[in-house]
Amino acid sequence: MRIVVTAKYVPDINTERGFSEGRVVRTAGEGTLNELDENAIEAALRIVEAERAAGRIGPDEGEVVVVTMAGPDGDVALRKAFQLGVDRGIRVSDDALAGSDYFGTAAVLAAAVRRLGDEAPVDLVVTGMAALDGLGSVVPTLLGAELGLPTLNLAKKVELAEPADPGQRVLTITREIDDVTESLTAPLPAVLSVTDGANQPRFPGFKLIMAARSKEIEVWSPADLGLDPAVAGSAGARTETLTAAPRPARPEVELVTDKGEGGVALADFLIRNDLV
Amino acid sequence: MTNRTVQVLLDPATEVRTSTLELLTIARGLGRVEAVALEAPTVEVLAQLGAYGVETVHQAEPARDGACVSGDERHLPAVVAAALAAAVRLTDADAVLLPTSFAAKEAAALAAHDLGAGLVIDASSLRDVHGRVVAGKRVFAGSWDTECAVTADVAVVTVRANSAVAQPVETAVEPVTEGYAVEVPTSPVALLSREVKADTSGRPPLDQAAVVVAGGRGTDGDFGPVEDLADALGAAVGASRDAAFEGWWDSYVGQTGVTIAPRVYIGAGISGAPHHRGGMQASQVIVAVNSDPEAPIFEICDFAVVGRLADVLPQAAAEIRKRKS
Ligand SMILES: Cc1cc2nc3c(=O)[nH]c(=O)nc-3n(C[C@H](O)[C@H](O)[C@H](O)COP(=O)(O)OP(=O)(O)OC[C@H]3O[C@@H](n4cnc5c(N)ncnc54)[C@H](O)[C@@H]3O)c2cc1C
Ligand SMILES: Nc1ncnc2c1ncn2[C@@H]1O[C@H](COP(=O)(O)O)[C@@H](O)[C@H]1O
Repeated sequence: MRIVVTAKYVPDINTERGFSEGRVVRTAGEGTLNELDENAIEAALRIVEAERAAGRIGPDEGEVVVVTMAGPDGDVALRKAFQLGVDRGIRVSDDALAGSDYFGTAAVLAAAVRRLGDEAPVDLVVTGMAALDGLGSVVPTLLGAELGLPTLNLAKKVELAEPADPGQRVLTITREIDDVTESLTAPLPAVLSVTDGANQPRFPGFKLIMAARSKEIEVWSPADLGLDPAVAGSAGARTETLTAAPRPARPEVELVTDKGEGGVALADFLIRNDLV
Repeated sequence: MTNRTVQVLLDPATEVRTSTLELLTIARGLGRVEAVALEAPTVEVLAQLGAYGVETVHQAEPARDGACVSGDERHLPAVVAAALAAAVRLTDADAVLLPTSFAAKEAAALAAHDLGAGLVIDASSLRDVHGRVVAGKRVFAGSWDTECAVTADVAVVTVRANSAVAQPVETAVEPVTEGYAVEVPTSPVALLSREVKADTSGRPPLDQAAVVVAGGRGTDGDFGPVEDLADALGAAVGASRDAAFEGWWDSYVGQTGVTIAPRVYIGAGISGAPHHRGGMQASQVIVAVNSDPEAPIFEICDFAVVGRLADVLPQAAAEIRKRKS
């Protein structure tokens, strides 16, 4: 069971986030592993652990490889992934990749998955449900389309069924999106995205934290992937950011302390501002 | 007004949601508006579309491997995407608009991938600038406004609810429905079951409501006061993720839940964590009720009451009912 997890380096949601020259500002110290990709890593680790526990693979078999497309700061995200227990971390980097749109990002990640597939078969690609900077929730779908693999999105529950006919494992998910509950299934290899409701990511153990510091990060270029740089980066993007401006600060809050009339004050605020 | 053709997704075609009327209004600013449906629109739906200037409804007849795609399968993102892409090719359309929802994002991504189109997710405005489609978008929990231009020939855009005030055309038209064949690519993904949650509350849907009252951990599981105020206001009810994960309410507001931008958001017993704020901070007016005077949500409020929600909400509801009558 060989699983690739895609993970993004994003500005910390707890800090001021912003733009500079049309691009999201990411500076070391303020960036982190996209929290929702921790759910993807957790899902991948659990699948490998379950396969081992069931004896379908040996205790030393199974691998979780994390791939990120980012500049050198992105190593912060990979180190965090190592702390959680992933086996390998790969950063795809090149100045020409800056400014990639959703399609460029998916094309680069797909090329990395293909290259990993050249080394040994990849059974599953797991992603987070969204990158918390852009909240697109579309890269998983595009990644599946690029790879020509069945895609099961936004899983809340993930089940990998015992192979009925040996070798052909089947993935089943349940998802609750919008006002619909669906159950979908597909044979492996497949692309899977998981929500934050799918699992509770583990806390890193002390030994893993220590080991993560010195673990090797592999850096690949688009050329290593046989990728035409023109499909990604701002050159290949099909959208172009024109303006980015901070919103004006909200006016000072009108604060009322309830001494028995708080509800009336609230009603009065709504009525007085024509909001009822 | 340009001579663009804009396709708007109408799924389901048995009702026209407010968000679809907003979409049609926004679409008219870009060009001639048509609709794409996966089933036959009802007579009432056609009348509403006509009132919003839709002259043609393209009704997809999807087939896969020679067999008609029917029932629940029709609403799968892959099928919707194939229908949208085929409609664009059929009509030589320049733009496709969808409401923002997780299912629509998936369909939008697949259609854009197929068409080589530019993709914008969660736009709050659309306009024409020198022949290009330019989308406005509010990002980073509503703290920044951005604009981006689509540089590809076709633009696929999902548009957030409450982005425009729905506006009918001066003279209604009579839409014609035209069937067209759609070849859906073979897929190893199988749909085992699909269940649409029946909404019997009589309240507006959370993702489209003009007013939302949301309850958090501070309700301690009792959503009675939250529902009471919501009903006095004709509002939708939402929750924080913590409240939803406790099983106190089924849908929640936030970055991983429903992203909303209503006219009024009222949060009760919600601390205002960044993940929650990311899904509601673009609301026009923000009100909070919290017993902790230091609650972070107060930093982004227009109006706030420091107090216990079980006291404040019912009193506000009663006062609103009294003054409305
Ligand atoms: C990856 C990830 C994604 C997440 N996505 C979301 C998301 O989309 N949406 C979301 O909401 N959360 C999300 N969260 C969770 C989020 O971080 C917070 O934990 C959550 O929003 C807190 O919910 P709360 O405000 O109800 O609870 P708390 O933070 O516990 O706040 C409860 C508040 O109620 C107040 N209170 C208590 N008693 C009363 C009373 N009687 N009357 C009035 N006030 C009272 C307290 O003062 C407190 O401020 C996410 C977390 C992660 C890690
Ligand atoms: N630059 C990136 N590098 C690695 N993974 C990414 C990148 N961008 C997006 N992803 C993956 O795609 C998921 C959804 O991202 P998005 O569609 O941008 O919201 C994330 O949770 C990641 O798993």
